[in-house]
Amino acid sequence: MSNGSDTAVEMTGVHKWYGNFHALNDINLTVKRGERIVISGPSGSGKSTLIRCINRLEEHQRGRIVVNGVEVTADLKAIDEVRREVGMVFQQFNLFPHLTVLENCTLAPIWVRHMPRKDAEAVAMRYLERVKIPEQAGKYPGQLSGGQQQRVAIARALCMNPKLMLFDEPTSALDPEMVKEVLDTMVELARDGMTMIVVSHEMGFAREVANRVVFMDEGQIVEMNEPEAFFSNPQHERTKLFLSQIL
Amino acid sequence: MSDMAAHSTFVRMRIAASLPPPAKGGMMGRWNLFSGWLNTALTLLCLYLIWLLVWPAIKFLLIDAVWTGSSRDACLAQTGGSEVGACWPFIAAKFSQFIYGFYPQSERWRVDLTFLMGALLLAPLLIPCLPYKAANAFLFFGVFPIAAFFLLVGGGFGLPHVETRSWGGLLITLVVAVTGIVISLPLGILLALARRSEFPALRVAAVIFIEFWRGVPLIAVLFFATYLLPLFLPPAWTLDALLRVLVGVSLFASAYMAEVVRGGLQAIPRGQYEAAMALNLGYWRMMGLVVLPQALRIAIPGIVSIFIGLFKDTTLVLTVAIFDLLGQLRAAFADPNWASPVTLFTGFAFAGIVYFVFCFGMSRYSLFLERRLRTDHPREAE
Repeated sequence: MSNGSDTAVEMTGVHKWYGNFHALNDINLTVKRGERIVISGPSGSGKSTLIRCINRLEEHQRGRIVVNGVEVTADLKAIDEVRREVGMVFQQFNLFPHLTVLENCTLAPIWVRHMPRKDAEAVAMRYLERVKIPEQAGKYPGQLSGGQQQRVAIARALCMNPKLMLFDEPTSALDPEMVKEVLDTMVELARDGMTMIVVSHEMGFAREVANRVVFMDEGQIVEMNEPEAFFSNPQHERTKLFLSQIL
Repeated sequence: MSDMAAHSTFVRMRIAASLPPPAKGGMMGRWNLFSGWLNTALTLLCLYLIWLLVWPAIKFLLIDAVWTGSSRDACLAQTGGSEVGACWPFIAAKFSQFIYGFYPQSERWRVDLTFLMGALLLAPLLIPCLPYKAANAFLFFGVFPIAAFFLLVGGGFGLPHVETRSWGGLLITLVVAVTGIVISLPLGILLALARRSEFPALRVAAVIFIEFWRGVPLIAVLFFATYLLPLFLPPAWTLDALLRVLVGVSLFASAYMAEVVRGGLQAIPRGQYEAAMALNLGYWRMMGLVVLPQALRIAIPGIVSIFIGLFKDTTLVLTVAIFDLLGQLRAAFADPNWASPVTLFTGFAFAGIVYFVFCFGMSRYSLFLERRLRTDHPREAE
């Protein structure tokens, strides 16, 4: 295994505990640049914890995580370098309710990247157009539907020009009729070659865009395969059981 | 049975248009003032109680009031009529004392100028639609206190020195209240952040500071600062009496402010912090741009309560021989030239009105601000 420039994320022997609960147990996962990974598994299996360790929203206690050539440690400089290249989309959107949609998108570029306001707004409008809601730029998040909010959240992350996007169950909090608009945005992003790690139960999405599907249970990676093989010919008993319950 | 089955399927042929909501009726209808004999009786009873309270006040303050005169004689029952109300000439005669205390007559323009500067800088700061907020805030919070200090104390720029001992009246009230307000908000925010910090030493220090100042009464703080502190300090260190009080009041208010702000901080969901961290904002930008703007909006009612409480508590400086508005008022009562049965009531009515105007103003402004800053739940306002 190398930290070569074609590797986006490399996790080696990663463990994490919450108190006595073993949340991540010996995770080994390498994600190449341009690859799309979908992580699936039952509730409490450690999927979210795994991707939150990648940008240090959670800290791992053992093992190595290297993101874009930088090892994730307690060192603030390393965390800063990692987060600069990693965008994240949350289940609950987590837009800033006191700022307009446009301000949500320009906040980090202006204050972290020190981009002039005009340029930041131009970039933000470009991404808002890409997620198909430029007309909502002046509204506050509370005035948008869930699907629109999640698309703003995607645009907000893209405005920082990340090399890697993490999605933590991006459609789980949405009303059913809004799932598609968010998934369509993500599919488009995948077509443009973005490296993506997606925690999701959207099997249609996994089939369409994923290079690999990872199945987790009890903090471990139980099975990992290309989507076709994963869905048509699951090997492990737990994977079979899980697929039989959700499909 | 087949009949019921036929009725259980239904397809709407035409989507009906939305209708306007039913009229809510006028004030009478909505408040149910006269909708039934019990409500009618209660309404009449309340009107009677209001009459009992309001009419004597109007009678005393306006109708029976004495408006002109130059001494107590005007306000005595023998000369003023059978019933004498408020003795306004007393207020007029002592007015400058109420405002300036014993600030030298020839230098009072400096106080006026300070008041004017404060008002001119504060007003545009409070009106949201006016531009240059950042520059305005810098002038009010950064430049104004320094200018006010040199203007009021003097001793430079050709201005004669005026000892704080001769300050008094509304000047003292405003100096103590504004200093307390301007210092306690930022200090309280820092203390609240420290108390929620992940560094244990910082957290413990903040807890000790906050609990200490909340644990002692303000009067004790003022007494300590005025009478005991000089005993502990080397004799060469002579801190100005008013300065010691200002420091005491500011630290006292900061401790309360810290807890109100902490309440606001606790209401911010974890996701906001996580989104800010994922965007790589870093601690200070996360707090300053994302968390505090939301937390402070939530904390506005508590913050304004502290401001109002502080404004009224300034009158406690009376106990350490500093004469604020109320102190000057009571000093004026002692003047035999104006001794009359209504002097006391007139004086307190005047002080009450002054305090009420300031406190009610703060309260209404905070409501306005809360409504203006509301971006979520647009329907809540209805």
